[in-house]
Amino acid sequence: MAEHMPVDKTFKLFIGGAFPRSESGRTFQLHSADGKLLANAAKASRKDLREAVKAARGAQAGWAGRTAYNRGQVLYRVAEVMESRKAEFTSVLREMGQTARTARSEVDRSIDRWVWYAGWADKVHQVLGTVNPVAGPYFNFTFPEPTGVVVVASPDDPPLLGLLSRLAPVIVSGNTAVVATGGAAALAAVTLAEVLATSDVPGGVVNILTGDKAELLPWALGHMDVNSVDLTGAPDGLADDAVAAAADNVKRIVRADPAGASPHMIGDFLEMKTVWHPIGR
Amino acid sequence: MTASPAFLPTTGGGPVRTTPVDAVALEARAAALCTRSIKTTSKRAALHTTIRCIDLTTLEGTDTPGKVASLCQKAIKPDPSDPTVPSVAAVCVYPEMVEHAVEATTGTGVAVASVAGAFPAGMSAPAVRVADIVDAVGRGAGEIDIVLNRSAFLSGDLGRAHDEIAAAKDACGASHLKVILETGELGSYDQVRRASMLAMAAGADFIKTSTGKIPKAATHPMILNMAEAIRDYADQTGVVVGLKGAGGIRTSKQAWHHLVIVGETLGSAWLTPERFRLGASSLLNDVLMQLQKLDTGRYSGPDYVTVD
Repeated sequence: MAEHMPVDKTFKLFIGGAFPRSESGRTFQLHSADGKLLANAAKASRKDLREAVKAARGAQAGWAGRTAYNRGQVLYRVAEVMESRKAEFTSVLREMGQTARTARSEVDRSIDRWVWYAGWADKVHQVLGTVNPVAGPYFNFTFPEPTGVVVVASPDDPPLLGLLSRLAPVIVSGNTAVVATGGAAALAAVTLAEVLATSDVPGGVVNILTGDKAELLPWALGHMDVNSVDLTGAPDGLADDAVAAAADNVKRIVRADPAGASPHMIGDFLEMKTVWHPIGR
Repeated sequence: MTASPAFLPTTGGGPVRTTPVDAVALEARAAALCTRSIKTTSKRAALHTTIRCIDLTTLEGTDTPGKVASLCQKAIKPDPSDPTVPSVAAVCVYPEMVEHAVEATTGTGVAVASVAGAFPAGMSAPAVRVADIVDAVGRGAGEIDIVLNRSAFLSGDLGRAHDEIAAAKDACGASHLKVILETGELGSYDQVRRASMLAMAAGADFIKTSTGKIPKAATHPMILNMAEAIRDYADQTGVVVGLKGAGGIRTSKQAWHHLVIVGETLGSAWLTPERFRLGASSLLNDVLMQLQKLDTGRYSGPDYVTVD
């Protein structure tokens, strides 16, 4: 019997639930920490970003329209699939130069982080929503709504925990996300894409672009159909006027601790709606 | 394939032949033409041409005079903030809405087209269909879109299909007649080519792909097929017939691929609203978003065009 010939994985983008190559046909090389060539990954262009935003916009109303409980269940399901792929995530982090021990620990903490945010799905409204005391015959209350389409610049370090810690608070409330990732951290993102594609997350809720964040982010910041950009993982030297362009459609610009966890990090991607309801007698 | 029938044009002259279609070559050529890229310097001209050729359409049971009035305002000034953006060619409505559309567009250069003849199936008595056309013309429609009698055509009664179009042409008077073939229901490229020749011989001023009411609609090979039929007809009779693509055209890219196909097949003389139309509703917003991208260098979004 012939010897098995290994089938290497092609590293592609993740847009609208599908795995396309970049429309530009470009690739970039992914290297392990010891310099070994791991793969040629797709290098996303501004047009791929445009398509990803379109997919995210298309999926947003349906995702936000699900019950908070259901969104939480979908995220739990992602954690289940990650749990069964722990070995793969660990080996990805090992390729990036982590020791077996730290790699295992980061994978465990990443799954824990994701589950922790999944639990917030049907609790964040109670914590961040308020009933406001007002001087008048009104019942006045404020409740959070998702802001819309969020572009997330994924942190390079920690590669997996950073990605999950920034992505989970975006989508748990009903936003949809376009993740921009580059360098070796793209390995973790591509592996996550396969998890998302095989769990119950609807296509378009999370889109992943690998390539050069410095190239993609100015287009995201200028894009009029993007509601928020998380610059936590943005590279240094992003021009001030590129960030200022975000003001044209009043995007929320977020910068946070790349590995932090807080319900207020969910709040960063929420809009607060206040309702004055007359009280009759 | 059975021998193609030859049709006698109502405008006089000898019978016109129908050229058999090589389906593989047709699809290959359409696919090749769709790889043509429009360079940045030509994009604005392509987008403006697209707008000038649009029949801005609303054909819903829920149409109201108010909705038609706002559609007409959009047809006249697609982008009120940019006076260089041209008006569309026409608005296309149901007969019941024609007067409201005429009222809103008089003096603006935007024509009013009405579907008629028991659109979209056409399955009413011939006299009823003619009366429907006369009614729409009487309400002021300058262009009439009717459907081919597919029932007669597909059962081989080509004479009846032909004569009904000729009768419709008479009923139109001075108004232009567009004949919808509903290509998705005809079964093959050959059938569409035959129906195209039949409709042109019967006196159609335009032949049109689809009603927009069934999923299979204005595909690129189908537009190419009908453009070639028009070229054949012009070669044989010297009569110029227009082409209208409708149904499923939603993006600027689709639209300018249609422009490329028509331009390459029939020549740039066809890239005017007098000879080429695109029936669409959501296409216009996509074109406006592309124009905004050209102006600002940034991607736009649906928040920056009207909700129709």
